Amino acid sequence: MSPTEPFVFLGCLELNELLPHEAHDARELLEQLAHVPVESVFCHTSASLLHRPVLAEAYPNDFALWVGTEVRDIRLAERLAGVDAFHAGSMERVREELIATISDHLQHLGGAPARTQGKRFRFYQTHLIAVPTGHQARTLAELRDALVEVDVSALFYHTIDARYRAGRGRGDFAEWVAAHLGLPEVADRLAHIDPYAGSLERIRDRHLSILSDAMEAA
Amino acid sequence: MRPGSLLKLDDYRQIAPRGAVDILMRVGERLRGRRFVHVSASRYGGGGVEVLNRLVPIMNDLGVDTTWEITIGTADFDQVARAVSRALAGTEQVITEAMLARLGETAAENARRLRLDADLVMVHDATPLGLVEQRGSAGRWVWRCHPDISSAQPQIWSALRPIAQRYDAAVFSLARFATPLSIPRFIVYPSIDPLSERNREMTRAEQAAQMDRLQVPRDKPILLQVGPFERQHDPLGVINAYRLVKKHHDVRLVLAGPPPAPGGDVLEDVREAAGQDPDIAVIVLPPDPQTELNALERAAAIAIQKPLKADFTSEVATAMWKGKPVIGTIAGGIPFQMVVNVTGYTVETVEGAAFRIRQLLSNPELIGRMGAAGREHVRRNFLVTRHLSDYLALLAHLTR
Repeated sequence: MSPTEPFVFLGCLELNELLPHEAHDARELLEQLAHVPVESVFCHTSASLLHRPVLAEAYPNDFALWVGTEVRDIRLAERLAGVDAFHAGSMERVREELIATISDHLQHLGGAPARTQGKRFRFYQTHLIAVPTGHQARTLAELRDALVEVDVSALFYHTIDARYRAGRGRGDFAEWVAAHLGLPEVADRLAHIDPYAGSLERIRDRHLSILSDAMEAA
Repeated sequence: MRPGSLLKLDDYRQIAPRGAVDILMRVGERLRGRRFVHVSASRYGGGGVEVLNRLVPIMNDLGVDTTWEITIGTADFDQVARAVSRALAGTEQVITEAMLARLGETAAENARRLRLDADLVMVHDATPLGLVEQRGSAGRWVWRCHPDISSAQPQIWSALRPIAQRYDAAVFSLARFATPLSIPRFIVYPSIDPLSERNREMTRAEQAAQMDRLQVPRDKPILLQVGPFERQHDPLGVINAYRLVKKHHDVRLVLAGPPPAPGGDVLEDVREAAGQDPDIAVIVLPPDPQTELNALERAAAIAIQKPLKADFTSEVATAMWKGKPVIGTIAGGIPFQMVVNVTGYTVETVEGAAFRIRQLLSNPELIGRMGAAGREHVRRNFLVTRHLSDYLALLAHLTR
């Protein structure tokens, strides 16, 4: 994005494809994780913010949630929850960490891993279709006003997906505020919003709060 | 508000999640001029295809050239189609080679009659499945399978699977309803229409008038199960749960469902079980009971869905949309519409249902909190606007 261009908000439609991969226990989860497309790892980690209900106390990725609630292996669930998909740099790195975590857990397990008590884990792949929301911003105030109105998928696209799509580890908002508005401190604060806030609406609220503070201070 | 058939996407702006309508309009601009054909064997017969009554006009309003074609068949063909549908649902049927041939012939006849040239052809359910045998080289074809076919009768599925695999993709309502296929499989949940007669806002006076007409007093908390008077919907189990609750709370139970199909004997059993209890109302609903169900769901304190086997069961979402906590089993699509312990509870037994009902009745603030959470959950996940988004995404993805 050139410094002279406005910030153009994009949202995304989400299409979920059911893959033929399934798991009934941690060992099968490990085996399948090695084979599924990397987009499936994205679907069950970072993109779970798009399709999961708002639960502050829930584990932050689908793997941890399934191991915790269906297999009831809390130790492994907690360790999988600790795999940070938002700061790993790439989804292949996330896959490696998930595999290493499960492998290590299985190695130290006395016997066979527990089987699911309920639902099997079904792997999905998310297809994202980017769409302009019709909102643009040239100033901090316009950025804040647009953020109030846009579909929540725009928050996902610009703060979460941007990290993998364009390798922008700080997210699109922070990049634009730094490059176009010349506000590195505000950009830094936006970049440090924790994606583990629990929901995209909470991530929206944190952005609005930082932008409002910055406008008051200006 | 405009009449149902004239509703436009903009009418959902105040109901759908913030920004959702804007983004759908932008997608419409991007897909303007593409042609999308839906084909089904009927315009009625469940929420699966009936939602097209709302989606097709809205897609046209967005600029996507969308039509809905209906296949036809003779009376004897209808019998074949019903047997095939039952076999796919897992009920053992006698399916002969002649019946399968009839299915194929009728599809071929319909393919010659219907206009199926489109960027995307979506064929709904099994009856018109064979249309794909006549497909040309242009356009993409998707099979939209609404019911649960995961336990289909092997003989019929062996015959139909090669036909299903001639499509470019299949769309199922739930992963657990799907069956292995060599083509991509997408998941699109059913939805409810917040502006339909079943779900529109209703004044207290209108609600009261409907409840009076149904002869249901509103003097105590109402427990409601909406569903057919069939054993697999377990109305007797609901009565037993009510009786356990009644020892502790003065409540009323309403069981509402359509007239039983020929041969159904459960309604009499239900009436006998209700006995002379004036606090149990067994309501056989009139045809097209959308207004009555709207009033009943709004009057209820707690919605119950206790089937032993079920399809998607969008009654869960309709009750949640009206701000009601739901106590449901784990059958079919019920647990997928709820956030367990947040918008309601899943239970497996009569005792479990009774316990959760008592828990809610003893904590009225929990009823309000769960009800509000349920409405928001439906707003984000089960409104027709999300359904529209999924179909547009499918059109964009498959015709890119």
